[in-house]
Amino acid sequence: MTQGVQVVGLYVRDQEEALQFYVGKLGFRVHTDAKNGEYRWLTVQHPEQPSFQLGLYTPGPPILDAATAQTLREIVAKGAMPPLVLEVDDCRTAYERMRKNGVEFTQEPVTRYGSTDASFRDPSGNGWKMIEARKAAS
Amino acid sequence: MTRDPELLRRLLRAKDRMDAASHEEWPVDRLARVSRVSEAHFARSFKDAFGLPPHRYLLTRRIERAKSLLRDTEVSITDIAFQTGWKSLGTFGRTFRDVTGESPGDLREREKAAQHALERVPHCFVSAAHRPDLNIAVSEKRRQEAEDINEPTKKEVP
Repeated sequence: MTQGVQVVGLYVRDQEEALQFYVGKLGFRVHTDAKNGEYRWLTVQHPEQPSFQLGLYTPGPPILDAATAQTLREIVAKGAMPPLVLEVDDCRTAYERMRKNGVEFTQEPVTRYGSTDASFRDPSGNGWKMIEARKAAS
Repeated sequence: MTRDPELLRRLLRAKDRMDAASHEEWPVDRLARVSRVSEAHFARSFKDAFGLPPHRYLLTRRIERAKSLLRDTEVSITDIAFQTGWKSLGTFGRTFRDVTGESPGDLREREKAAQHALERVPHCFVSAAHRPDLNIAVSEKRRQEAEDINEPTKKEVP
């Protein structure tokens, strides 16, 4: 595939902390980590999804003024950013592994309507729903 | 007004805990401990952050959950009342009607009759979309409705 969505970014409160979380605890890989003065372009990838990057950015200069950046930091910390969904093969196994790694779960795995899901947050407050992939009907 | 994102993140944790177990009791001291703030500051900080007081937020989650159980299960209304954290069926029915404008039984009948086209949306987001927007206290809502009802009779009094 050569066309499609390449990067979607998240705002995080601290890029180093976010890197430790997404790579160290969730098992993502660093795609690009480029610093230019204060600015740092940081993207990570799910190991099974090489065509997509998740950007981890801090709101601030030179892109945003201080007041706007502060507003965004508040919005992220209040968990008001849009929902994120991570699809996994086995929700309960992933939950156990991630919980041992210190991931903050906000909902334990629940099975409903033939699928299992759980919820967790990154350290900044971004909320993820983790959904078990529905087995393809054969 | 500038708010401390670190504090907001801790307040979010209290909100998350209510979300995860809205049927449980959440007195201010318990919530304040989760957020690691003093009881005196908790309720005000929470309202400032999320736009409504913590007990009312909990109420919206309980009603949301009750609506979801009424819509998607065959669980009896009595069991739903207790499963969603009420101590009496009467309080549940009255509060539910005050918040949503219809009784639990009426909502169930209406929802069963309607077809749902939301099967492709993850369940929790569908549920959240049905969360009541409780921008005033239930007591205030009751008072306003009572006034609306009482208004015509007042005019008849000489």
